[in-house]
Amino acid sequence: MAAQVPALPAIRLTWWIDDARIRRMLLRLFAAALAVFIGIPLLTLVLWSFAGEWFWPNLIPTQWSLRWWQEVLENPRVTNAMFLSFTIAPVVTLLTALVAIPAGYAFARLDVPFRRTLLLLFLIPNAFPRIGLYVSLAVLYYQIGLIDTYWGIVFLHMIGTMVYMTWITTATFRSIDPHLEEAARDAGASPLRAFFSVVLPLAMPGIIVASLFSFLASVDEAQGTLIVGTPHYITMPVLLYTLISSFQRPVAAVFSVLLALPSLLLLIVAQRYLHSEYVAAGLGRV
Amino acid sequence: MAEVDLRGVSKGYKDTTAVDDLSLHIKDREFVALLGPSGCGKTTTLRMLAGFIRPDSGQILIDGKDVTDVPPERRPTAMVFQSYALWPHMTVADNIAFGLRLRRLPRTEVEDRTGRMLEVVGLPGVMKRYPSQLSGGQQQRVALARALVLGPKILLLDEPLSNLDAKLRVRMRDEIRRIQQELQITTVYVTHDQEEALTMADRIAVMNKGILQQVGDALDIYDRPATAFVADFIGSSNLLSGTLRLGGASAFAQVGEARVPVEADGLPDGAAVTVSARPEDMEVLRTPAPDAFRLEDPRLVNFGAYKRLLGRHPAFGQLEARVPKAFALGKEPVYLRFTRARAFTNDEGDRS
Repeated sequence: MAAQVPALPAIRLTWWIDDARIRRMLLRLFAAALAVFIGIPLLTLVLWSFAGEWFWPNLIPTQWSLRWWQEVLENPRVTNAMFLSFTIAPVVTLLTALVAIPAGYAFARLDVPFRRTLLLLFLIPNAFPRIGLYVSLAVLYYQIGLIDTYWGIVFLHMIGTMVYMTWITTATFRSIDPHLEEAARDAGASPLRAFFSVVLPLAMPGIIVASLFSFLASVDEAQGTLIVGTPHYITMPVLLYTLISSFQRPVAAVFSVLLALPSLLLLIVAQRYLHSEYVAAGLGRV
Repeated sequence: MAEVDLRGVSKGYKDTTAVDDLSLHIKDREFVALLGPSGCGKTTTLRMLAGFIRPDSGQILIDGKDVTDVPPERRPTAMVFQSYALWPHMTVADNIAFGLRLRRLPRTEVEDRTGRMLEVVGLPGVMKRYPSQLSGGQQQRVALARALVLGPKILLLDEPLSNLDAKLRVRMRDEIRRIQQELQITTVYVTHDQEEALTMADRIAVMNKGILQQVGDALDIYDRPATAFVADFIGSSNLLSGTLRLGGASAFAQVGEARVPVEADGLPDGAAVTVSARPEDMEVLRTPAPDAFRLEDPRLVNFGAYKRLLGRHPAFGQLEARVPKAFALGKEPVYLRFTRARAFTNDEGDRS
C-alpha cells in the first residue's frame, strides 16, 4: 500500500453556521427585527385608532377616544364595503379551489405536456406591474359588460389567487406517495373514490393553507378592484384608499385594524388546526 | 383455483425495455419469487399483474380470463407495497376495512373479518391505532392483512421485507410463508434477495435486463443454472471466460494457457464460453496432483461457520474456494482443482 497523504481539513467560510450559540443568536436577532418592523407599525395603527389627541413629540396619545371607531362603524359606506368584501372573498376562494385543485392534481400526477411552462404561465400576471394588466382588463370588461359588476371583481381577484392555489396544491399533491393511491385502487376503489378517500384528506392541510391565502388576497385586493369596480362596487381596501387620500389618519387607522382583524383571526384558527410543518410543506416544495 | 398466465408480455419505457417478451405460468396455490438485480423488470412485471401498468404487448390471464385491460380495482389481485402504503389518516381497522366497506358489506361482517385478519397476521389489539404508531414489522403485518382481507385470488408482494432489520426479516419471511400455506393462496413475490427467494418460494423466476433467465425450484437454480447470469447471481461463482474444446467423451475449456474440465451440454466445439464453478466445487490440496494448479497469494476470510480461501492464478485470475473453519494456511503451497465446472455460451441468456 502506498503511503497516503493525510488530507488537510477544508477551510469553510460558513463555519459559524455550525456553532449553535451563534445560530441561536442570529435567530433571536432575526425575530427581534421582525417584531420591530412588523410589530411597531401595527401597534402605531392600533394607537391611532383609539387616539383622541396625539401630537408630536408624545410617544403615546395624550387623549383616548372611541370617536373614530363610532364614526367608521356608523358610516353606511363602510358597512356596505365590509359586506361586499366578505361576500366576494369566499366566492373567489371557492371558485379558485374548484379550478386549482384539479389543476394541481393534474400537474402533480399526470404526464401533462409542458408542465413547467404551464406552471410558470400562472406566474406571469405577477411578473408585470399589475396596474397595466388591470387597465387592459378594464378595457376588456367594458366590451363584454363586466365593468362595475360583482362577477367582474370576482374574476379579477381570481387572476391572483389562482397562482397561490395551483402552486400550493401542486406541491401538496406531489408530496403524497402515489403508492397510497394505488393501494386504494388495489383495494377496489375507482380513481375518483381513491382521490376522495385517500388523496384529498391527505392534501387537506395544503388546501386549507392555499384557501386561506386566497381569501386574504381577495380581501386585500385594492388596485384592480378600484379600476373595475367603481363606482358601485367599493370594497374595504378601496374605501381605505379614499380615506387615506382624504388625510383622515385616525379613520384610516380604524379601518386598517378592521381590515386586519379577519386575517388575524383566520391565521390564528389555521395555526391551531394545522401543524406548522404542514404549512411549511404546503409552501415549500414545488 | 387461481392460475396466472403471462404470455409474451413486454413493456418498454422511453429508451429502455423493462420487460422483454416474458412468458410465465404460475400454478394454483404456488409461491413464485421473481428474483433479480434492481432494474431487471421484476417490479414492472408485478405491477403489470396488479394492473398498474399496461403491457405494450402480450397478454395476462388469471384463471384463463384475459385481464390485460382490466383496471386494478377489478382484478382479483391484492398487493403489498414495499413502502407498505398504509393510509396515514386512517386507523389500522379503517385501513383493513376500507376494501370491505367499498363492497358494502354489513357492519358486523366488516368488523368480524377485520378482527379475524389481524389475528391471522398475529397482530390483535391494534385496531384503534394509527400506522405511524406502529413499528415497521407491525406496519408490514397490517399491510398484509389489508391485502388478504378481501380474499384475493392472487397475492402480490413487492420487496415487502426490504425495510426491516435483518433479524425481523428472517422472522417475517417464515411468517409470510406460513400465512401463504395456511390460506393456500397463489403468491407472486418480488425480491432482489436470493436468500428470501430460495427459502420461501416453490419456484423462482430469475430475471435480468427484462429477460426471464430461468424458472425452477431452489435446487434447479443453484445446481443447474441455465445461464452464466444465473450462475453468477445465485450464490457465488468463480467465473472464467474461455473457448470450449470437445474431445471424445470429455470437454474442457481453454482459458489462456490453462484448461478446465467442464460440463457443456450440447455446445459446439470452439464456442466462446463462460465457465462457472462454485467455491464448494473447488478441491483444495496440499500436494500437486493431475489437473490441480497452484494458488498464488492464498489468504483466508473467516465467515464464522466456514472460511473462504482466496487467491490468484495467472490464467484464471481471482479464485475462491470454500474450506472448513478449521482450515489454516501454512508456509507450504496450496493447490486447487475444479471438481465441477459448467460452461455457458456467451451469446444466449443475455440477449440485449
